[in-house]
Amino acid sequence: MTRLYESSLGELASALQDRRVTALEAVDACLGRITATEPSLHALISIQGEEAKLRAKELDAQGPQPDQPLWGVPIILKDLLAVKGAPTTCGSKILENFVPVYDAHVVEKLKAAGAILIGKANMDEFAMGSSTENSAFHTTANPWDLKRAPGGSSGGSAASVAAGQCFAALGTDTGGSIRLPASYCGVFGLKPSYGRVSRYGLVAYGSSLDQIGPLTRTVEDAARVLQAIAGHDPRDSTSVNAEVPDYLAALSERRDLKGITIGLPEEYWSEGNSPEVSKACQWAVDNARELGATLKPVSLKLTEYAVAAYYIIAMAEASSNLARFDGVRYGFRDKEASELIDMYTSSRTKGFGDEVQRRIIIGTYVLSAGYYDAYYRKAAKVRRLIRQDFDRVLGECDVLAGPVCPVTAFPLGEKVSDPLTMYLMDEFTVSLNLAGLPGASLPVGLGRDSSMPVGLQLIGRSFDESLLLSVAGVLERNLPRLPAPRGLA
Amino acid sequence: MPDYEPVIGLEVHAQLKTKTKIFCSCSTNFGDEPNTNVCPVCAGMPGVLPVLNKKVLEFSVKTGLAVNCKINMKSLFARKNYFYPDLPKDYQISMYEEPICGPGRIDIETSAGPKRIGVTRIHLEEDAGKSIHSPVENVSFVDLNRTGVPLMEIVSEPDMRSPEEAVAYLKALRAILVYLDVCDGNMEEGSFRCDANVSVRPRGQKEFGIRTELKNMNSFRHVQRALEYEIGRQCDLLDDGEKVVQETRLFDTAKSVTVAMRTKEEANDYRYFPDPDLPPVVLRQEWIDRWASELPELPAPRRARFLEQYGLPADAADLLTSERALADYFEAAAAAYNEPKKIANWIMTDLLRELNQAHLSVSDCKLAPEGLAALVRLVDEGVISGKSGKDVFTEVFASGEDPEAVVKAKGLVQISDASALEEIVDKVLAANPAEVESYKGGKKKLMGFFVGQIMRETKGQANPGLVNQIIQKKLG
Repeated sequence: MTRLYESSLGELASALQDRRVTALEAVDACLGRITATEPSLHALISIQGEEAKLRAKELDAQGPQPDQPLWGVPIILKDLLAVKGAPTTCGSKILENFVPVYDAHVVEKLKAAGAILIGKANMDEFAMGSSTENSAFHTTANPWDLKRAPGGSSGGSAASVAAGQCFAALGTDTGGSIRLPASYCGVFGLKPSYGRVSRYGLVAYGSSLDQIGPLTRTVEDAARVLQAIAGHDPRDSTSVNAEVPDYLAALSERRDLKGITIGLPEEYWSEGNSPEVSKACQWAVDNARELGATLKPVSLKLTEYAVAAYYIIAMAEASSNLARFDGVRYGFRDKEASELIDMYTSSRTKGFGDEVQRRIIIGTYVLSAGYYDAYYRKAAKVRRLIRQDFDRVLGECDVLAGPVCPVTAFPLGEKVSDPLTMYLMDEFTVSLNLAGLPGASLPVGLGRDSSMPVGLQLIGRSFDESLLLSVAGVLERNLPRLPAPRGLA
Repeated sequence: MPDYEPVIGLEVHAQLKTKTKIFCSCSTNFGDEPNTNVCPVCAGMPGVLPVLNKKVLEFSVKTGLAVNCKINMKSLFARKNYFYPDLPKDYQISMYEEPICGPGRIDIETSAGPKRIGVTRIHLEEDAGKSIHSPVENVSFVDLNRTGVPLMEIVSEPDMRSPEEAVAYLKALRAILVYLDVCDGNMEEGSFRCDANVSVRPRGQKEFGIRTELKNMNSFRHVQRALEYEIGRQCDLLDDGEKVVQETRLFDTAKSVTVAMRTKEEANDYRYFPDPDLPPVVLRQEWIDRWASELPELPAPRRARFLEQYGLPADAADLLTSERALADYFEAAAAAYNEPKKIANWIMTDLLRELNQAHLSVSDCKLAPEGLAALVRLVDEGVISGKSGKDVFTEVFASGEDPEAVVKAKGLVQISDASALEEIVDKVLAANPAEVESYKGGKKKLMGFFVGQIMRETKGQANPGLVNQIIQKKLG
């Protein structure tokens, strides 16, 4: 018999509704798993154990609510989503003791759906990084191999879901920060279309790129979470007032891939990819063809400019978004400083880590008088062209497929001193954020050399998460399921 | 020494009269306890997002229409980045490359005749908070009540050539904003603020001189004095063979001088870029059409009409059209009693004096325009004396009562019945034979004595004009 913490969110949700499992048992299962794994995993920044048990008891006293699809389900949030009364650090020393006075939109939605928050996940500071090694607090391990990175920046969320600490986690994706850790940790991760999920209460990194999405152990679980958090929010002017379809229905309706054209961008299937990644992804798309899909080679010629455009735009926005952390109203203030400018400078120098400072400085530079046209304005133009490139290709294909990342999870510490290599690893993920498109990472097997999980990236049309999820769902049902992560007992 | 010509351009920040802030639903009320009109959004808490208050579009487009601006169907909010403790996000949301209104113009009256001043642009932005420095301890406080109050910046072309023209432009602009009811125009409370760019050049030279920017002018008088001082300062520099430095200068209200604040080199690089949290503002033609149809008659055309239709002198037309409520009051009174010049005189002398003393605005006035008209008619038709009229005015201004009722209740109606007055005159003349003799002997000054006696007999209600006539007739 499988242990409770290993079951999917879907299985747990029906068990809870049928009273085969109580909310308290679900919370206890997760807290037990956290106790067992955290000493080696370090996936979390804070644990809301007592609050979660209290909430579970309240829910159990009321009894299951059929109109609350996540009733009693323990979840974990990346620590840049504001939760009223709970620490929200963004993985940064500058917000170490910061407690928001309001709930993020997604937190309100999850609570309304009956979910129970049990902890907040580790992350690269302010979501800046691809390995979670930029957290100010600790480094998270990959549950498949504790010496390797979980990917980032939502590394804590991915590791936590893979380890069975929760039944779903929310992450955020600015340039691949959901898809990369999902791929490295062997879980499913979905970055919805820009505007699908309200960003109200998400501490911004790159406002025009950031999007909140689920990390789960199955495609269906992600559909359940997306159903709960998607939809228009008048408090976010970039949230789109588009109908939210029934994702679970879309998922169950599709049995095969007949009539589906999957585009394979040649730039993503590059010679430079590690052979184990290429092989695992190729095997997955071959499966798709056997399930009825038509595979179509396509080209996204601007891919090579995407990383440059992405980092200019993301850092420019970050330099402005992070200005408010100045020691005046909240967060860390250097009490030694006697003058205003000293207080700003030294609070920010001591409060922010190196990578954050690097991005603020570069972002400030690209917006400066005399450089704006050469950098920011040009990047914005490239962004428009990349969007057009995708529009053209997605006019001919239903979804696109390729690797999430050229390599599997790398050893901790290997790339931390080489930011440029780290940036270049985002080559296949950042374009979607520039174009606002939905993308997912589906685990398709273990690499033959590293024995680490490989994620296949699926890219959908804007606001068509239904099709994306249903294609991923068919593939998932027809590919062998990954075993439990072997790095943990 | 060459003759210099000043060149002046003005930037006006007008606080818009919305009930709530520009990007959140906090109240814009002035004077509340510090930090009571604050929410996570205007406090710049991590994770919050701005949502545009649509009312500011109506207010700014109406202003644009009133000053003949091109209305931009698409405009864009940008971030102006700088660190300051009263700016919670450490950037101000403003408009930069794509403002809501493009070029327009305002016609002003000058001593040399009418002049047209170009408006460069109108854009929207959020106000910052207020820093309060403790006088006793070495600490500062920040009040965020004003943070996020909507501001409209109206930038003029450098078309003004004297402090008088600058003040005339400001007065004309302020009157338009108040007429539109989009700004209360209060300079002391800072809801209508002005910065001036000023330079001088030898008369006849085409190129502009190096300019300075003047700040901290809280009244029209300050603007006038700051510009006069600064123009003189720049002329002196040039006369001495020195150069004007491009810099920002503060007006010192106590000394009436301008003082250097920061030079161009010290100026911030604001690193403007489009605010990714706010999609472009796209106007619909139907909104603009509706707002255009709601525009009131503006001060300049109304002034012209007052001259034409009511035959008012220019200074009366100026004063009465300076405020929409005042002009409305005048027109309502003139409609009730068609003696516009007399009505105008009563408003300009008595009504405005009483309003000023009571610190009231016209709209708070208890005396309805119809009431004032009735009072003017009572005096005009001789029902009450001019002196009684002033007394009745003071009373009805305070109480708002009907002047006719007050006149009746107090028995102030003049005796204008000639036969009744003749009896009294006969009585007074009979009682004072010696004075009658002296008067007939040539002491015409005694007329005042007789009138006074008659007034005493009638408790002041005799019509003085009529009394005079009767006495003259009796005494030949």
